[in-house]
Order: sequence, then C-alpha cells, then structure tokens
Amino acid sequence: MAGYMDLPTKGGFDFGLCRRNESLAEKKGLKIPGFLKTGTTIVGLVFKDGVVLGADTRATEGPIVADKNCEKIHFMAPNIYCCGAGTAADTEAVTDMVSSQLQLHRYATGRESRVVTALTLLKSHLFKYQGHVSAALVLGGVDCTGPHLHTVYPHGSTDTLPFATMGSGSLAAMSVFESKYKEGLTREEGIDLVAQAISAGVFNDLGSGSNVDVCVITKGKTEYLRNHLLPNPRTYVSSKGYSFTKGQTEILYTKVTQLKPKVDVSEGGDAMEE
Amino acid sequence: MEEQKWDQSMGGFNAASRSQMAEAAAGGEESQRTLYPYVTGTSVIALKYKDGVIMACDTGASYGSTLRYKSVERIKAVGKHSLIGGSGEFSDFQEILRYLDELTLSDHMWDDGNSLGPKEIHSYLTRVMYNRRNKFDPLWNALILGGVKMGPKGAEKYLGMVNMIGTHFEENHIATGFGNHLAIPILRAEWREDMTFEEAVKLVEKCLLVLLYRDRSSINKFQVAKITTEGATIYPPYSLKTFWGFSHFENPAQGAVGSW
Repeated sequence: MAGYMDLPTKGGFDFGLCRRNESLAEKKGLKIPGFLKTGTTIVGLVFKDGVVLGADTRATEGPIVADKNCEKIHFMAPNIYCCGAGTAADTEAVTDMVSSQLQLHRYATGRESRVVTALTLLKSHLFKYQGHVSAALVLGGVDCTGPHLHTVYPHGSTDTLPFATMGSGSLAAMSVFESKYKEGLTREEGIDLVAQAISAGVFNDLGSGSNVDVCVITKGKTEYLRNHLLPNPRTYVSSKGYSFTKGQTEILYTKVTQLKPKVDVSEGGDAMEE
Repeated sequence: MEEQKWDQSMGGFNAASRSQMAEAAAGGEESQRTLYPYVTGTSVIALKYKDGVIMACDTGASYGSTLRYKSVERIKAVGKHSLIGGSGEFSDFQEILRYLDELTLSDHMWDDGNSLGPKEIHSYLTRVMYNRRNKFDPLWNALILGGVKMGPKGAEKYLGMVNMIGTHFEENHIATGFGNHLAIPILRAEWREDMTFEEAVKLVEKCLLVLLYRDRSSINKFQVAKITTEGATIYPPYSLKTFWGFSHFENPAQGAVGSW
C-alpha cells in the first residue's frame, strides 16, 4: 500500500507545509519572516483616446529609502503596461511572468495582446496563491476593443474603473482624482491630472517620494515618460566638493608597526593538473 | 466633605479632575479605563480664511458598523470667540463640552471684561487630554479648536487640534480621522491666506465630497460653521450633489467579460 507521499501531485497549491509552519509558530515561538513592501503611489486613468498610468519612484525597506529612482511601471506588451505596489519582488516576478506568457500567446495567435488576457492571467495566478503573492496592480492598455483600465488586488479580485489608485499613497492620489476627474479628458489634461495625483502621494505620504513616472498608451502608440516630473531635486551641493586631500586632517601623532611576515612562500610543490 | 475643600479655591481644581478624584476616593477601587470607542463621529475639517475660521463635518455618529445617529451636531460654539469640532467617541465629546461650559461659566463670573480666547481654550483642552492619557483613561477624541479674538495687532485667527494622546499643534488647515488622508492633500495644494467665505466653503465642500465618496462612515448631511469677530454661526445641515454617471460605471464588464 503506497503512503500518501508517493501519490503524484494532482496540481494546485500544495498546503502540506502549512501545519508545520503553524506548529513552529505556536510551540517554538518562531517568527514568520516579514515581507519587503514598496510603499507606493500608483494611479491610472482613462482619457479620450487611451489610458495614462503614473507612479512614484521610491522603494522603501522599512524606514529607509532603498532605491530613490526605481521603475514601478512594468512592461506587459507593447500596448499594455502595469504599475505595481506591494512587495517589490512579487510585483516584478508576476508582471515578468505574465509578460512572457503574453508574448508566447502572441506568437501562437499572431495577434496583438488584449488587456483582458493579461487581467485573467494575473488574477488566476494571484487567486491560486490566496493573497500570499502580495502584488497590488494597476493594469492599463489599449487593444482592438478600446482602452481599458483595471486594478488587481493581492487576493485575485479585479475592478474595471475610469480612474484608479493603489499603494500607501492611494488615498492622497484618490482625493485628487475624486475632486478633478471628468470624462473625455484630452491627453495634456490626463497627463497633468496623473502628475498631480502622484505629486499628492509624493508629498503627503511617507512611503512615496522622489520623482513622477508617466506612461501614455493610445491606439498604436505608447510613450513611457520616465521621470516626467522631478519635484525633489538635490538643491544643496557643497561647493568645496568631497575630496579630502592630505593635510586637511590634523595629525596628532604617528606610530608605525611592522607586521611580522607570517607566510613562508615555498618553492616547488605539485604543479596543477592540466 | 472633601468636595468643599476643593471648592474653596476658585480655579483650583476644576471640573475635569474633580470628577475623577471623587470616583477614586469613593470606590477605593481601580477606576475603569476606556478601552474602545463605541459611538463615533468621523472626520472634521477646518481652515482659516480672510475673516476667521471655517469648520465643517457630517452629522452622523456610528455604533460600530451601524449608522446609528444621523442628526448629531459635532461642532459647537465655545465662549464668544471659538468653535470646537470633535471626532471619535461622542460621549467623551459631550463630556468635554460640559467641562468647557464650567470653564466658560467661571470665566464669565469674574465679570472683568476679559473672555477666554481660542488659544487659552486649546491650551486647557491639551492639558485635560494629556492628563487623562497619562492615567490610561483617555477621552477618545480628536478635537479641532478654532477661533478669532481681537488682539493688539487686530483680529488674530487661531486654529489648532488636540487628540486623545495629547498631541497638539496649530496650523492653517486641520483635519481629523480620515480627513488626514483624504482632505489634507487637497487643502495643502489649494489653501491660500486670503480666501473669501465663498471660496473657503467651496474648498471645504470639495473635501467633504471626497470624504463622502471614500469614507464608509460618512453620510450625505453636512454642517458648516464659521467664527469671525462678529461671533459664531453654525449653518443648518445640507447635502451635497454626488455624481455617478461615468460610462465605466454603467457597464463595467463591457470590455472584460467575467470581471466586475
């Protein structure tokens, strides 16, 4: 009689280690490791001819800014881009994976990718992992059926919206959208509103900061405006520079200690085999 | 008998500490501490404008996730020169109003032509809140105190806030609760020193509308109040118009069949 370990896996997520993790946490008091979050403001809106996506550029490791100018708008397809908030590794991995799947699908079908395809691939993957893949995404693009904007939550639910915000700065950005969004915005108005919303996140949320990235997607054309706004320039640079020449520091006394030679270099020995 | 000793010195031990001490002396048991708020009011927002200070909030009070009371006044006039707005536990707000009543009454009884200005009342509230927090029995509120008083340099506007742990500060625009996340970004971007009353009301309504859309405990019934050198005016409640006509809301699954 085969033990249950010998049966082939039927597919789906393997919850075998969960009971072990629980007992470790309970009895041994082992702390489950935490996740690295990005702390972000990401937004998207639909305008007359397409969608505009926006993101800030700060990546945080707890209270420290790990990356001052990271890229949060990820490529999915030439006509589809995705902003990611949550655990940085999860957003990178999941958008990369779906981007590859979309490319293979394009080869197989010979057609331009549709936003709903990316949406379905993302939501099925995230649902399968029951929220453990901590990726909150704003997915936007223009395909043969028109412009689309969706939000995808870590547990796998999605929304279809005219304007959307995610991340720790989402409330600050949403306050800008809720008070200023109208239907039928022009390209300039759309970019301006997205930049305003991200700036609200940058200046009012501690998890967001540095610069504003914008991506405009219309039928047949995508413009990735990296660092569209730089509202946090480095204004003070020391005029003296940062070179420290000899003689700048006062020498109080000098003591030189000779290190005794410890290594005897021996001649001969086996030559290395060819 | 102990009470009479306290009453002797006027302005010695005031209403706030008296009630606490009486409780402790009477029972001899550990006084119960506030652990959770029960009936709560949501955000209050306020800003300084040309003639004084404007304050606004909705008129709802929730009991957990139930909208229990829909006609609650969370902004009141204090003395001749101030307005107080409170969010958080509503019974604690009513208690604070009672303390302020006693304070303004004893101030009035001096009958010396002086009256407590907004700065003094803010300072009093700060002491009350901080001392309660130190006894692990907080008044579970975030209070906004705004007012105008004539000073040596003319009409001096004042706007400050205190919360349940005693943090207090002064600013040109203040919000409590959800207002911190949703209203402050708008106020920081669009507030100006010399706004007229109409402009200030428009800005406040912009913030209240965002709060109505995005705060689950807010309701569509608001009260706006203003305080100027002429006195306090609390306007009757009214509703704001909401817009739900986005084409994406009409048929969300149109482009993505099976999504919602």
